[in-house]
Amino acid sequence: MMRTISAFALGALFAVGLVVSGMTRPNNVVAFLDITGAWDPRLAVVMVGAIATYLPIYLWVRRRSSPVLAPAFQWPSKSVIDLQLLGGSAAFGVGWGLSGFCPGPALVAVAAGAPSALWFVVGFGGGMVLFEAWKARPAAVPRITQTSLVDG
Amino acid sequence: MSSLLLPLIGGVLIGLASAGLLVLHGRIAGITGIAAGVLAPVRGDWGWRASFVAGLLVVGALGAFWVPESFAGEAPLQGPSLIAAGLIVGVGTRVGNGCTSGHGVCGVGRLSPRSTVATMVFIATGMATVSGLRLLGMMP
Repeated sequence: MMRTISAFALGALFAVGLVVSGMTRPNNVVAFLDITGAWDPRLAVVMVGAIATYLPIYLWVRRRSSPVLAPAFQWPSKSVIDLQLLGGSAAFGVGWGLSGFCPGPALVAVAAGAPSALWFVVGFGGGMVLFEAWKARPAAVPRITQTSLVDG
Repeated sequence: MSSLLLPLIGGVLIGLASAGLLVLHGRIAGITGIAAGVLAPVRGDWGWRASFVAGLLVVGALGAFWVPESFAGEAPLQGPSLIAAGLIVGVGTRVGNGCTSGHGVCGVGRLSPRSTVATMVFIATGMATVSGLRLLGMMP
């Protein structure tokens, strides 16, 4: 029960952060990526604020043996920089630039009824379903067999 | 300068929420990974994911009433063509194992070289894409 409530509250806090920072507006995101136009640094400020908050807490957490509400930390299992990481991230950036949406803001905006987010999330959900189907055929695509839900 | 204050505050809130998920649940706050675990459930690992996503959605629904202007604004693509962009993001983030939150905030925030490279790559291709659209006269 405590785990359910706290996960809900953390999701809500995350979303409030996205709304406050203006990142649920796709034009603000695109303006950050628009280096040959009128570049807008705000997304970088959001990232710096988030990372500067996360890093010291992470350094403190790393010395603890377990989280408060769960038996163990689930650290990302992969450290290798491979073609899968590079290709997937490169593709993500293209879709991000075309739409001004990454997954978090898109989910918040779709619940707000933003029509562009709705179209985007239909595709996003479809892409994830496609990936799961693809992953279920390891013989055809041997590289994509070791993804983990623990990572980002 | 004052226009940078809200992005900074918002970023701190995102960092706090992400760190909270680590401190309390021992999890990385990657939206793609969390959402994927909602769509393709693993036994005993669904509840917290669904709750976190529900938190995102509830704030969005309330925000539509309180701050509707926060959800306005156009992207380069509009209407049904955004399905293609979403599809690329869905496949790309799963193949690359993370997005802006998982790699960009939590990964860089853990000083992970893997996530830092991923973040530089998606920012670079995002910038290249928008610059390309501008060259083609497709920016709104």
